[in-house]
Amino acid sequence: MVPAYPISPQTHIVEALSALVRRGELAPCEYINAESEFGAMSLCIGASAAGSRTYTATSSQGLLFMAEALYNAAGLGLPVVMTVANRALGAPINIWNDQSDSLSQRDSGWIQLYARDNQAACDLHPIAFRLAEELSVPVMVCMDGFVLTHAVERIAVPDQEVVDAFLPAYRPQQILDPDVPMSIGAMVGPEAFTEVRFLADGRMRRALLRMPELAERYAKLVGRPAEHLARGYRLDGARTVFLAMGSVLGTLEDVIDEARADGLAVGAVELTCFRPFPAQRLRTLLAGAEQVIVLERAFSAGAAGIITPELIAALADPPAVPVRCSTVVAGLGGRPITKKALRMLVRDAAASRAARFSFLGLDRDLLSRAGYGRASDDAPGSTAERLLARLHTREEPR
Amino acid sequence: MYQIRLHGRGGQGVVTAAELVAWAAIADGRYALAFPSFGSERTGAPVEAYCRIDDKPIRSREPVTEPDLVVVLDPTLLGQRFVFNGIKSDGTALINLPVAASSATGTGTGLAPRAAHVRTVPATEFARQRTGRPLPNAAMLGAGAAANGIVPLAAVRDAIAARFPRTIAEANAAAATDAFEYLRFAAHAASEVHRVHT
Repeated sequence: MVPAYPISPQTHIVEALSALVRRGELAPCEYINAESEFGAMSLCIGASAAGSRTYTATSSQGLLFMAEALYNAAGLGLPVVMTVANRALGAPINIWNDQSDSLSQRDSGWIQLYARDNQAACDLHPIAFRLAEELSVPVMVCMDGFVLTHAVERIAVPDQEVVDAFLPAYRPQQILDPDVPMSIGAMVGPEAFTEVRFLADGRMRRALLRMPELAERYAKLVGRPAEHLARGYRLDGARTVFLAMGSVLGTLEDVIDEARADGLAVGAVELTCFRPFPAQRLRTLLAGAEQVIVLERAFSAGAAGIITPELIAALADPPAVPVRCSTVVAGLGGRPITKKALRMLVRDAAASRAARFSFLGLDRDLLSRAGYGRASDDAPGSTAERLLARLHTREEPR
Repeated sequence: MYQIRLHGRGGQGVVTAAELVAWAAIADGRYALAFPSFGSERTGAPVEAYCRIDDKPIRSREPVTEPDLVVVLDPTLLGQRFVFNGIKSDGTALINLPVAASSATGTGTGLAPRAAHVRTVPATEFARQRTGRPLPNAAMLGAGAAANGIVPLAAVRDAIAARFPRTIAEANAAAATDAFEYLRFAAHAASEVHRVHT
């Protein structure tokens, strides 16, 4: 069952699925045009509870609109799989890529996997269904909006026989059936609520073991390298390591190669599984580093990055891994993360000039032109319109 | 690596053009990556799309800032935007320009001073003749095949055939071939002229 509601930049995913269903190529799958994202996830819950393998996709505001239902799906232990086309959250309205949408739902009880490219996005979905159905935990596969969702690149799509060998027919753990009555969704009071949550946490943590095992199994079947919880790139002797999730990793690895050729001891860590948080795996990968720069495509206003505090906590667990962590917030609202900016960042970091918390490519000139040059200038109210009015005061190249 | 940047307006098939180049290159056995950069998604708004082609896997996802080839589907963008920013010193500018306008500007080098090579092609006219609609993207792809020699015309035609329903595909493939031959003829004529004068 695919209940869905369109939202940029996910629309072509659900449009293509509805076309497949209409042509009968996914029989006995049904496609439902939900009235909203909240409707879509609610339909997923109902369909899954009635014994159907269930999938949907959304992004940004759509994900927030279904937030209540997200927690419900997880709390009910329903193995729904959803693609999230990562997009910024408004206001201001912005349809372009960052990871604030899925990260805002990190406590919802969903497993979160982040694809670095479209091959990973493809391969993570069968793995997601296996994980979800085995652990009774819903799974989000996150892919950067536009950057990945609208990219055309060479990928290998596994044959149906291969996927069938990996992902058996769905056998629901619980199923609403009038002939075999049972309850799903009972009210749970103080006497058992904690235990329900405790068990859900345990199931999530089992994904830390099962995901690599399932990924290895899938890799053998398709003849391609496995997706890991987290993976190192040129970590040998790397004193400075960059950690990131999603599509920026490709650009970052190009820059790492250039820096290595220039003799800089730098490397990268690709984080694929954010929930559950692979603390032990990251501790192992970062054991030899002096500093980690975490590139974050979202942050928590008034506090810090989102990945960084979890990383710091993981590293601080005794015996502590003595690595200094910094946050660089980059690529918000679809601002491209350029090689030029990453090169400068790599050089600064290697020369120990990395700030604790900074915004990559912050346009101080624009801030100044719009009257936000100094803290004392900050007039109350919305900033967006004032900034937009000062965006192109002089003819400048894009 | 060969990098292409396409400029046009929403509704002219800029994004599809980039995707078709990628598709053609991949079908031809190479690696390719195509992706768009939208302003607001509406007809008439400026759109950029990118395509990288290489013989090994492509990792970089940043916009193309140093194109080997800049394709301009809408000449009204020439005066308004820095479409040739960053073009490589030996790069090519391929511009959709009606026949009347291109004869007025002669070789057209004045249109793209930063580009080493400038080619103009009346893609919209070819499109109108073959498909009845002024959508220049398929014709521009045919011209691109002639201009860069990176992706063969046959691969472009295959990509068009795979993407569109049969009659539309045939008409667009014909427009692409028209534009390809137009550029080939123009290049040949120019080299003939050169031989005469040396």
